[in-house]
Amino acid sequence: MTSGLWELVLKGVWVTVQLLFFSALLAGAMSFLAGIARTSRRWIVRFLAGFYTEVFRGTSALIMIFWVYFVLPLAFGWQLVPLWAGTLALGLTYGAYGSEIVRGALNAVDPAQREGGIALSFTPWQRMRLILLPQAVPEMIPPFSNLLVELLKGTALVSVMGMGDLTFSANLVRLALQQSAEVYTYVLLIYFVIAFLLTRLMRGLEKRLRAGVGKEPERGTAAREPKRPGTAAVGAGAGATAGGGAS
Amino acid sequence: MTWDWNAVGDFMPHFRDGLLVTLKALALGSVISFTLGLVWALLMRAPTRWVRWPVGVVTEFVRDTPLLVQLFFLFYVLPEWNITFSALTTGVIAIGLHYSTYTMQVYRAGIEGVPAGQWEAATALGLPVRRTWTAVILPQAVRRVVPALGNYVIAMLKDTPMLMTVTVLEMLGEARLYSQQHFQFTEPLTVIGVAFILISYPASLLLRALERRLVR
Repeated sequence: MTSGLWELVLKGVWVTVQLLFFSALLAGAMSFLAGIARTSRRWIVRFLAGFYTEVFRGTSALIMIFWVYFVLPLAFGWQLVPLWAGTLALGLTYGAYGSEIVRGALNAVDPAQREGGIALSFTPWQRMRLILLPQAVPEMIPPFSNLLVELLKGTALVSVMGMGDLTFSANLVRLALQQSAEVYTYVLLIYFVIAFLLTRLMRGLEKRLRAGVGKEPERGTAAREPKRPGTAAVGAGAGATAGGGAS
Repeated sequence: MTWDWNAVGDFMPHFRDGLLVTLKALALGSVISFTLGLVWALLMRAPTRWVRWPVGVVTEFVRDTPLLVQLFFLFYVLPEWNITFSALTTGVIAIGLHYSTYTMQVYRAGIEGVPAGQWEAATALGLPVRRTWTAVILPQAVRRVVPALGNYVIAMLKDTPMLMTVTVLEMLGEARLYSQQHFQFTEPLTVIGVAFILISYPASLLLRALERRLVR
């Protein structure tokens, strides 16, 4: 490839990274918002959060992207800038997966910890902020790391709407060069490198957070586990039954 | 926004065609990913690392890169190598290959979940390796992994709209075609969105029930 074409690809990488960053922020915020809401005592809060989760997990990310691009402008009379439209669709979709991670981790905290907070007459917010979250967050990191890789792969979908991300610019380069194998191999390698850096980053973060609550980092985390958040529990369940079966 | 019920009615025949293609792609993709995943999982238990290492690297690479790009790769590169498949076949191969790297992890967990005593008993009975696998290990492992495999079927369902990009007219492809011809986007896109929820939500409830029965 000539240097001009490489420049185009690098521009695509930059768009992908920006999209990944913003949609990860939105997805993270939605995960905590919906995940915490699903542990609420009021049924209406639980119901709304559950509804959000099921709707956005039930449909496909690509359909959501189409919806945000084509239906939202008709419904509300405004059109989002492509970057924000992509961020909105991806952030909300992957936030729905993330909310299950947050809920699971909060439920996994020893009930005695919550009771201790009640005994000390902490407010619910204080319990969440000072007792539950600091212990739950380190547990969330490995599944969140998987989700982040899923989100990275999901960003490729915006290329369908003509947004100039890595996949889109690769298509342009392919059309210019007519060398599909070479171009797509480079693109796959670039995605792989980004995914690799992300998992490394998250592993470092996990180490620090676990040290903060006095725990050893778990061994063989992140990339070694099944990736879809919903299935992680089942996979673990399949493994966990081993002990039960032996007795 | 005006909601036009006539458009919904008009779209229905196209929707049905798209649904059939989606389900076909899903069924074929599942078969490929289930069989190929088992092959990977068994290869990862090979005695020599000259088999384990390349399989590990390749599956990790496939898992960490976007399905969409893999789809483009197969769709545009295979003809360059004088291998021609229909768009649907190419799409099914891409989905099956991508998800085989996920099902592989599931099978691995299932196989590792079989208690060590079962292996020892098979050895004590003098069963040959082949019989050990087919009669002792795999029946127990597969039963455990059914719910997890089901989860990936749902995930695959939600990835089938990508096939639209390589000219397959599945649900999203039909919706896009219809909306471009009639300039009505809201109805077809909403119909297929709701259809996805109507398929995937009951399916996940079913799996949860199945999981309670099979994985104890």
